[in-house]
Amino acid sequence: MATETAVRSGRTRVDGFRVTRAGLVIALVVAAALVPQMTQNQYYLGVAFQAEMLMCLALGLNIVVGYAGMLDLGFAAFFAIGAYTTGILSTKEHWSILASIGPGVLIAVICALIIGFPTLRLRSDYLAVVTLGFGEIIQTIAINLNQTGGPTGIYAIPALTIGSVVVASNTGYYYVFLVLVIIFALFSTRLRGSRLGRAWLCIREDEDAAKAMGINTNHYKLYAYMFGAVLGSITGSLYAPALTAISPASFGFSESLLIVMAVAIGGLGSIWGVMFGAAVVEIFPEVFRSFAQARLLVFGVLLVILMVVRPRGLFPERAFQALGTRIRARLGHAVASPRSGTGGPLVSLPTEEP
Amino acid sequence: MTAVLQTDHLSLQFGGVNALSDLSIEVDEGALHAIIGPNGAGKTSFFNCLTGYYKPTGGAVRFQGNEVTGLDAAKVAALGIRRTFQNIRVFPKMSVLENVLAGGHLRATSNLLSITVASRGFRRRERLLHEEAMASLEFVGLADQWNNLAGDLPYGMRKRMELARVLIANPVVVLLDEPAAGVSSVEREELSRVIRRIHDQGTCVVMIEHDVDLVMEIATDVTVLDNGRIIASGLPQDVRTNPDVIRAYMGRKRK
Repeated sequence: MATETAVRSGRTRVDGFRVTRAGLVIALVVAAALVPQMTQNQYYLGVAFQAEMLMCLALGLNIVVGYAGMLDLGFAAFFAIGAYTTGILSTKEHWSILASIGPGVLIAVICALIIGFPTLRLRSDYLAVVTLGFGEIIQTIAINLNQTGGPTGIYAIPALTIGSVVVASNTGYYYVFLVLVIIFALFSTRLRGSRLGRAWLCIREDEDAAKAMGINTNHYKLYAYMFGAVLGSITGSLYAPALTAISPASFGFSESLLIVMAVAIGGLGSIWGVMFGAAVVEIFPEVFRSFAQARLLVFGVLLVILMVVRPRGLFPERAFQALGTRIRARLGHAVASPRSGTGGPLVSLPTEEP
Repeated sequence: MTAVLQTDHLSLQFGGVNALSDLSIEVDEGALHAIIGPNGAGKTSFFNCLTGYYKPTGGAVRFQGNEVTGLDAAKVAALGIRRTFQNIRVFPKMSVLENVLAGGHLRATSNLLSITVASRGFRRRERLLHEEAMASLEFVGLADQWNNLAGDLPYGMRKRMELARVLIANPVVVLLDEPAAGVSSVEREELSRVIRRIHDQGTCVVMIEHDVDLVMEIATDVTVLDNGRIIASGLPQDVRTNPDVIRAYMGRKRK
């Protein structure tokens, strides 16, 4: 006998979990926006905006490492490209900071293509070595080129101006980077929910099987690398005016490693995770300042403990989804509604009873 | 009947070993073509040549009249030749639904702008794809598993999920590499039902299978491989009684 079965989705019902989640996100953004109101301490604000900056970089690297599963140990190179492009264009050519973001992105994409095209076919560990080399090359170039100011770098970078507003304080940059974090997080979320995100995850999980889905794996690996480069470069372009001076020392291997750490601690591929990871990586060493010389040691020990206790990061992928499913089930919502709110009966198929 | 998929004197060598030699097979439209043969006969190598995972060293593969020999695996999949793997290849850390959506990769919007702003068109196409993914899961009886991680599914369910992942692409030809291997008798029934339904929908199925009963039950054509060569082909009942086939499976009769 053929019976009609339909998978329902909850259009008529308000999804309590989604409302709660949206509420939490808004509350978090409002809380973050109020931070400068709660403290005037420039040191705290400085740390806070550095944390935001690392979040931006981590979100960029997350596309490469978290989504596509390609270990990139030279991500600071793209950060440097953005920062130096802005630094040079704004001091020597008197470009506005915002206008210099474009060329920075363009150069980053070109570099990503040059490095990525021949090397992205490599499997992960070889790729890590190549990207590590690329990071070193960019830093060495910055040290040796006259245009980049050699080891001293570029200073007296003008302030960021948006329309008639001049952003000149830590508070100002705190807000600028808050907006950037939100944009990057939203962008990452959108990518993740599209065929790009799915293709990257497939490549991370099983590259050969990904090909059988019709995914051109070489292209998609290159896309991931390029998106990472774009996000890194934009962050760099805004970092330069925020610090007013940049030098090669800020873009070395240790910076790349810090970004990888933020992604790994937070949870590969998880947007909330990598943001949280970035905050941890930036703020913890500051919290341990009372340990003076030993603070990095303490931090290191904590990291080791963390990776033993939670090897997939603090907030691994799907941690929230799994929680959401549980909450939904408790609220009595139909679990059989993928991305509920899509509305209407999903499918009507005749099914035979076996 | 016209051949959908055809190989012409296909051969594959690894070093000095002839994995496949002079293989000419025609898979007719609407066929459920089974490929059987002892272990090491070259069945999976043959599939890999058809789907772009191996580059054949000689001969040609034709799909709907066009030569597809040596094309990249992703291009072959894009043409409408979809496959499953002998050792199931699921994306373990993605949900069952996302695994199936991945199969519909080429049907999803790739326009970066509409993805970024989540445009109406993007949302509509994603919704349609979600609905079809759920329909595919329903088809293989896994709709209630949509939100579980593929890696958490038991073996038999993974096999069916692989089928759903193939189906969402609306393939012209489906290549199944040992769909019933290692599954319980209950799962085997379920799988054979699903395969038959795929075939009934008008999709051409090529299937490597060791389970001779299953082959006799559902196949319309059978080709028998041994040592990389075709030793018999034809209707299931004819092949079953073919002395060469019996010899390949049972060994030579002692004089």
